[in-house]
Amino acid sequence: MIAMIAMITMIATTAAGRPPARGAWWAAPALLVTLLLNVPLVYVLARGLGDLPAWAAAVGNHQTLALVGRTLSLVAGVVALSLVLALPLSWLVARAELPGRRLWGTLLALPLAFPSYIAAFVLVTFAGPRGRLQAWLAPWGVERLPEFAYGYSGALLALTLFSYPYLYLLLVAAWRGLDPALEESSRTLGVGRARTLARVVLPELRPALLSGSLLVALYTLSDFGAVSLTRFPTLTVSIYNAYRALFDRTAAAALATLLVALTLLLLAGEARLARGARPTRTRPAAPSRPVPLGRWRWPVLAALALHVVLVVGVPLAVVAEWTLRHLRRGGDWGELGAALLASVSLALLTALAAVVLALPVAAWSVRGGTPLARLTGRLAYSGHALPGVVVGLALVVLASRHLPALYQTLPLLVFGYLTRFTPEALAGLRASLQSIGTVFEEAGRSLGRSAWAAFASLTVPLTRPALAAAAGLVFLVTLKELPATLLLRPTGFETLATRVWTATADGAYAEAGPPALLLVVASFVPVYLWVVRPALRDRP
Amino acid sequence: MRPRTWLVAGVLALAGCAPEGGEVPAQGAGSPALVVYSGRSERLVGPLLERFQAESGVAVKVRYGETAELAATLLEEGERTPADVFLSQDAAALGALSSAGRLRPLPEELLARVPRRFASPRGDWVGESGRARAVVYNPERVTDAELPRSLEETAAPRYRGRFGVAPANASFQAHMAAYAAVQGTDALARLLDGMAANQPRRYANNMAIVEAVVRGEIDWGLVNHYYLLRALAEDAGAPGKLYFFAAGEASNLVNVAGIGLLRDGLAARRLVDFLLSPWAQEYLARETLEYPLVAGVAPPPNLVPLAELASPDVGFEKIAEMLPESLELIRASGLLQ
Repeated sequence: MIAMIAMITMIATTAAGRPPARGAWWAAPALLVTLLLNVPLVYVLARGLGDLPAWAAAVGNHQTLALVGRTLSLVAGVVALSLVLALPLSWLVARAELPGRRLWGTLLALPLAFPSYIAAFVLVTFAGPRGRLQAWLAPWGVERLPEFAYGYSGALLALTLFSYPYLYLLLVAAWRGLDPALEESSRTLGVGRARTLARVVLPELRPALLSGSLLVALYTLSDFGAVSLTRFPTLTVSIYNAYRALFDRTAAAALATLLVALTLLLLAGEARLARGARPTRTRPAAPSRPVPLGRWRWPVLAALALHVVLVVGVPLAVVAEWTLRHLRRGGDWGELGAALLASVSLALLTALAAVVLALPVAAWSVRGGTPLARLTGRLAYSGHALPGVVVGLALVVLASRHLPALYQTLPLLVFGYLTRFTPEALAGLRASLQSIGTVFEEAGRSLGRSAWAAFASLTVPLTRPALAAAAGLVFLVTLKELPATLLLRPTGFETLATRVWTATADGAYAEAGPPALLLVVASFVPVYLWVVRPALRDRP
Repeated sequence: MRPRTWLVAGVLALAGCAPEGGEVPAQGAGSPALVVYSGRSERLVGPLLERFQAESGVAVKVRYGETAELAATLLEEGERTPADVFLSQDAAALGALSSAGRLRPLPEELLARVPRRFASPRGDWVGESGRARAVVYNPERVTDAELPRSLEETAAPRYRGRFGVAPANASFQAHMAAYAAVQGTDALARLLDGMAANQPRRYANNMAIVEAVVRGEIDWGLVNHYYLLRALAEDAGAPGKLYFFAAGEASNLVNVAGIGLLRDGLAARRLVDFLLSPWAQEYLARETLEYPLVAGVAPPPNLVPLAELASPDVGFEKIAEMLPESLELIRASGLLQ
């Protein structure tokens, strides 16, 4: 192991050029983490490409092209719509004089707490052609609503409304880190509001916009629940179908190589767009004065309330209705205490581990300055695009054959989570490190501090909100993870997500109520404590 | 430092729940626990397995999951699997494991408890309950006289866009493979093309079809019989009824959920024996609303008796044989991506 690290360091420093570039001391841990996170990817490539005729048979289907096209169009739509939602919402929470903004700030992030199959289920039962909404409108002669809850628009809505918080959370942090002096100078120089936004503000937000969009895109690529329930099959559905139909792991892996290719395409695209993003901040941001909303105050509050009712209230009401029905029937909260404890502790552990793993990768990829460093930063994202069942089965193969002592244990489960979710921590950290730059550290080092001490004492405190937000994100998504949990958990180990699944698999929705409700409540606390409160804390 | 407190609490909690989570095998009177991989849900078979433990004294550890994922896991684990027993929701998953040589032969005494057509022709798995393919319809939108009398009639123009199928679902695929086993693949290709041309709405699974029928989104759909019964157990007033095709050659099918052994042993055989006991069969009929397969146990109320369902006389080995080609045809028809 030590020899391996030494070797990696050597290669990395060589690749980084002599004398070692800034941040080269991050190289070894960064490369090691990236290697680990890419274990499922390597499996998919080996399995998928190992048997080329089988690969060609699985991929060379006349429908594959349409499938890829459909998948990409959904990704593009979800990212675009998420941007449209997240930009104004994050501005309102971070910058505007919004009454109760911490509560709004938390509520707006909560859709991420709903597993996508619950989100899509709620969408089709509420807004489907004959859903609850139609029943309400029936007295006015509405026999059937248009089909928007299904197909492209349905998948677009389900995925956007429940994944935009990725962008929103990163943007809240970015707005708060943005020095208002920049905008003020621009306005003083006579530049209009719109042009200031386009020329000064958006470029500053670019790291967060790109990282957040990447997360939303990867989430869309790997989603199975929402696209299958809204009847808009994407590549992931094909991969599941291959497993389901003939238990054909090779065909599934072959299709997954396409997903990997799409991921690489997205990563390359993001890298291209991110080129030239330069930090301009030279000192910690002065506290920004909240912008008064004036006569927009009430319309804005009404719009926010409507949004929150639709994306948090409605799903929560559905889950609460299930719970009530369950309790009325004499059902109890069951043995949920253990499941709650298991879910929360696993999610906490994964969140902290993900932040620790992401830090060196983020630091090296932002600062290493070499192509290898940048490549490492991108490749660490790959696990996020693979559907949970692919990651899960990859680790089943690996552990049952080569690491039997780890097979079906909690460490392997946490490792599975980390390969999927470390990228979520990485996104926020990279954006934050990019906007902070290295000026402070350089100053610290010139005053005689060691590189590590300068990083720890000067940069880390500045990234603290980003670190907390990253941990919060990972916590949220780990809490609701299902497919990899089912495959990798110790036999008999239950989480809230597996409890929800047990009930919904048979259509016993009432029984799914209590664990689903706990899942959302358990999400609320860390989102508030780690993400919203630190981001909105007013600096002296 | 709140974050640190959280961390410590989390690690402690994790350490606390790990043993309960079952890393340490539960020991039953000195013998290792029987490990069961169950593709059938805990709600349905959990109480059954608890009763078995209490009666037999055999400690059981159950790993619940989706049938297909567990079958794939068992295929990947190979000889190294910790599992002794596999409870599968459908015959296809058992067939795949059987073909891969992963299942141990069962004693004739156990196989003979169910009609021969509901057990493996190789003698290495046995059906434990029957699941009939059926039509679920909404009586507020359509009467049973207006429903198709056979699979072929689903292509009739009057049903255009008004019914639902779940082409990605294993039960639908087995249904089509059974049709191909009787009528031949050309007939299946015609059936599927006719069906696809009629623009059925494609749903993720049987449950989604039942919900769509009850909401009135579609008039009827092809499902397994018990999904509606379970939906009615949730909401007794839901507008949904069950209908079986008329005695057409291959329109009806009774599939099974079954048991296979990955490791032979006394405890594993006792579990099979227990699941085929009258008590367990009555429990299954009552709680899962499936057909009991052992003679003398009554089916769920208000259901056509199994013997009267005109299921075609083909064995599961034939259905399994037809499955890959049928799947190709389902894909070619455009019903499945």
